[in-house]
Amino acid sequence: MLVSIYRYNPEVDDKPRMQDYEIELPGGKDLMVLDVLELLKRQDPSIAYRRSCREGVCGSDGMNISGTNGLACITPVSAATRNGKLVLRPLPGMPVVRDLVVDMSVFYKQFEKIQPYLINNSPAPAIERLQTPAEREKLDGLYECILCACCSTNCPSFWWNPDKFIGPAGLLQAYRFLADSRDTATEERLSNLEDPFSVFRCRGIMNCVAVCPKGLNPTRAIGHIRSMLLQRAS
Amino acid sequence: MVTNVTSFGRSGLYDWLVQRVTAIILAVYFVGMLGYLIQHPDLSYQQWHALFSTTWVRIASLLALISLCAHAWVGLWTISTDYLTPYLIGPKATVLRLLFQAGSVALMFIYLVWGIQILWGM
Repeated sequence: MLVSIYRYNPEVDDKPRMQDYEIELPGGKDLMVLDVLELLKRQDPSIAYRRSCREGVCGSDGMNISGTNGLACITPVSAATRNGKLVLRPLPGMPVVRDLVVDMSVFYKQFEKIQPYLINNSPAPAIERLQTPAEREKLDGLYECILCACCSTNCPSFWWNPDKFIGPAGLLQAYRFLADSRDTATEERLSNLEDPFSVFRCRGIMNCVAVCPKGLNPTRAIGHIRSMLLQRAS
Repeated sequence: MVTNVTSFGRSGLYDWLVQRVTAIILAVYFVGMLGYLIQHPDLSYQQWHALFSTTWVRIASLLALISLCAHAWVGLWTISTDYLTPYLIGPKATVLRLLFQAGSVALMFIYLVWGIQILWGM
């Protein structure tokens, strides 16, 4: 099989290039894209990529696989191959550190902005802050995000204004804390999101929903944030 | 740096709401106009003139015209702050963006005054 990989080492190369590799895959099973990368790394140890858990939990190996963002470890080669060719590129719109490794600083900065932790200044109860099953259920579909950045780096609004638009991943987490019955900073959180960029750069094209490897729906969460802002203002 | 000072209402929520409300007004107006045109296939100038002589059509048209300007301002501002940024086209972006925004506002103002003039037949 033919695998085409984005190669760029800023210390040596003037500009990025695509390098083709021919690889014989073991028959009888459908490998994951990460397995192919591991095999290629034996052929050419200079290929750089991130990986860790290899089972879709850590979110390290987010990359652009044949034109669609996804996690290499849980994307089957059969699903990612187009015309017998597998094309691997780094996450779009991010500065490349080397090959498939990108600098995620701006992504984490947006995550930090939404204060991704529970804020509650009332005295802590003796054991724990309780929630009803219904209150807990509101966090389903929100807390599962692994911050792989597949969604945000597939979003044109995030490409154009990565320093001001929070991006789908950050907004999903923003709503995760807005929806939490134990959090008391709702007013402060909403005030921080009301400007024309943080939330309202979302044009609802749902690229984020299409690529999320965990099947989450940031667009719906953004809609909930908009409703909360509207209710608060009117 | 791209900031909020040139946005329609300085608030994302306000701009968003204005864009949605004006979109509904425009949709209702144009569907109504289309309905009228379908009902009058052999429309004469006299009929068309009579339609726009009625106060309610003038009010609706003026509302649609103002809505169009507000809607376009939010949309064009969004486009200019998406594509005309130092991040995408370099250090000249801010000047270019402000010129584009000033041009858009001037054009909308001209269209608005011109539209009122046509509506009231001055």
